[in-house]
Amino acid sequence: MINLVNVKNPMPEQKPDVRNKNFLEVAEGYTEDMAVREAMRCLQCRKHPCMTGCPVSVRIPEFINKIAQGEFEEAYQIIKTTNSLPAVCGRVCPQENQCEGSCVRGVKGEPVGIGRLERFAADWHAANYGDEEIEPAESNGHKVAVIGAGPAGLACAGDLVNKGYEVTVYESLHKTGGVLVYGIPEFRLPKAIVAAEVKALEAKGVKFVVDAIVGRSITVDELMEEGYESVFIGTGAGLPSFMKIPGENLLGVCSANEYLSRINLMKAYLPEYDTPIMHGNKIAVVGGGNVAMDAARCAKRMGAEDVYIIYRRSSEEIPARAEEIHHAVEEGIDFRYLTNPVQVVGDEKGYVTGIECVKMELGEPDASGRRRPVEVKDSNFILEVDTVIMAIGTKLNKLILETTENLEANDRGGIGVDGKAATNRAGIFAGGDAVTGAATVIKAMGAGKVAAAGIDEFLSK
Amino acid sequence: MKMYEILSKRKLNDNITWLVIYAPMVARKAKPGQFIILRTDEYGERIPLTMAGHNSENGTIDLIYATVGRTTMLMDQLEEGDTFANIVGPLGKPTHMEGLKKVCVVGGGTGNALAYPIAAGMHNHGIKVDMIAGFKNKDLVILEEEFTANTDRTFVVTDDGSYKEKAFTTDKLKALLAEGNEYDEIIAVGPPIMMKLICQIAQEAGIKSVASLTAYMIDGTGMCGGCRASIGGEDKFVCVDGPEFDGSLVDWDELIQRNSYYSEQEAHDREHVCRLTGGVRYYD
Repeated sequence: MINLVNVKNPMPEQKPDVRNKNFLEVAEGYTEDMAVREAMRCLQCRKHPCMTGCPVSVRIPEFINKIAQGEFEEAYQIIKTTNSLPAVCGRVCPQENQCEGSCVRGVKGEPVGIGRLERFAADWHAANYGDEEIEPAESNGHKVAVIGAGPAGLACAGDLVNKGYEVTVYESLHKTGGVLVYGIPEFRLPKAIVAAEVKALEAKGVKFVVDAIVGRSITVDELMEEGYESVFIGTGAGLPSFMKIPGENLLGVCSANEYLSRINLMKAYLPEYDTPIMHGNKIAVVGGGNVAMDAARCAKRMGAEDVYIIYRRSSEEIPARAEEIHHAVEEGIDFRYLTNPVQVVGDEKGYVTGIECVKMELGEPDASGRRRPVEVKDSNFILEVDTVIMAIGTKLNKLILETTENLEANDRGGIGVDGKAATNRAGIFAGGDAVTGAATVIKAMGAGKVAAAGIDEFLSK
Repeated sequence: MKMYEILSKRKLNDNITWLVIYAPMVARKAKPGQFIILRTDEYGERIPLTMAGHNSENGTIDLIYATVGRTTMLMDQLEEGDTFANIVGPLGKPTHMEGLKKVCVVGGGTGNALAYPIAAGMHNHGIKVDMIAGFKNKDLVILEEEFTANTDRTFVVTDDGSYKEKAFTTDKLKALLAEGNEYDEIIAVGPPIMMKLICQIAQEAGIKSVASLTAYMIDGTGMCGGCRASIGGEDKFVCVDGPEFDGSLVDWDELIQRNSYYSEQEAHDREHVCRLTGGVRYYD
């Protein structure tokens, strides 16, 4: 029976004025009953357009059908056949641009809450079968090194270990998870979930080596000499961009990467940790992506009274997930659209006192198809703030390219790969932000899976 | 041996300690001028420290640190046999040595600990090295024997004249230049204000200067951007573009200002460590 209600079953959430003071998860997850009702909204259409929108081709109608029938573990197992991190994806994927964006129910109302159902299945499995012993995979005798324990590396390692490869993952930070632990905040993705996924991979036989910076501690070529027959590079996007405007090196200006790492990776919000953090009271976050939303919402939780998002285009073009913007607004973040910083101003001691901005209006569409923002003459004003967080994207890190012999870059400065994620060097594969520049968790996972298939093909020859 | 185990701990004076630590991944690739990032334990912050030396065969690295903040106070609590939670490296670009024939290395205070591997490394590389090691007073003098054994000439100077020659490092450098000593490069390692002045003297003498900068950083791979410094009007990251830069291009006033950002929190933390725990965090 189809549930004809045109809107999604609402997600139970912490109240905005409560949650903006804690780091507990905002969305509390569907109950079994809610999940079944939501699953019954799925039309089980034959063409399943939702699946074409998914970078890892989750068998969406099949798993939803299982949930509708109350067979939750079966639903989870179906998701797991193509997606190694469902609890993560259900929480952080931009579903509105992917599966849910193509859902037929979305034509006359809201699409099926596919992300919420994916999360439900994963959480249900963890709660009911999470303690199950995982059998180590049987080795096929081939050794593969994965560089970077973020979404691309974890997805690649997961697929490879399932095929019998002996996988070792090298991670530069002291914790595994990449952007899932240093970037995305606890209130959006509890770190225990990431830790459980890593633990499951370990149980299958994947080895993790933290504190290992490939390119410095050891090079890709040395890994090959040590006996790895193939290497996957999934090192992420790297260096934060700044605007190159006056005052950016004043005290109180930092990158979102730095701000988020101090809070998420190094737990500056917990008193028992030593991590120092900028305790601003009025904070401007520059940028309109998910990273900007995360930084702004963290700032509010760290006790800032006023938190602004400064974005140069309008609410139509803002790239963050719809849900993040919705949550940020609810939590009291002040959005200043069509506004662009021209300089950061400070006092005689070098501390930030404000950010000078100019109003923008939208002109003709640019190369990206979005209307180009143009400055409104004489519209400059100063927003009084004591902290400025730059969340305007990242540049590619050159370390691996510089330290690996004859490894070729692509025209964007990332690592060059073909359709099978193979670089110009035999046996060396790459994927995720290290290739494309900053993108999404799920795209990185998709690239990791493509690379795993490419590596399997390469080593099966 | 356990990973990141302290194999030896030696007090050089009341405030400065020399540790030898088992860290084979770092030691196998380490070069003079490079640094590591460490964490004492799960609750510790990540702090960068330039290596004072390494032994690739034994898999050990040397750290010489001054007790100045919360993390170094916690490091004081660790004894031989204890381990650090994490040590990652080697980070940064090694000291540039190609084409150099004669240099002067100038170290100030604790900076001498970091100047030592640079001076010794250059000396071992066949470069003639004059070392000026400056200290506030006699009690703070460190590494005199090591410098003497691993450089061509070592000049120990103290601000108050309580040991060897009474002079600031700047005075001594000027004197050496006035005597007609010629250098291909002058390398400054110490407090930013000293490095600024040394680099100015070098510039006036028409000699290339190199300064080893320290900055706040998290990952050490360029990801956080916290360590950015203005070098010749451009933003550079100390962790990946440095830590050594052309001293004539460094915006010293900005660097000094940026390095003070967390000083209030750090002062508070120091007191917190002392008052609440007496400096001790309990290790397993």
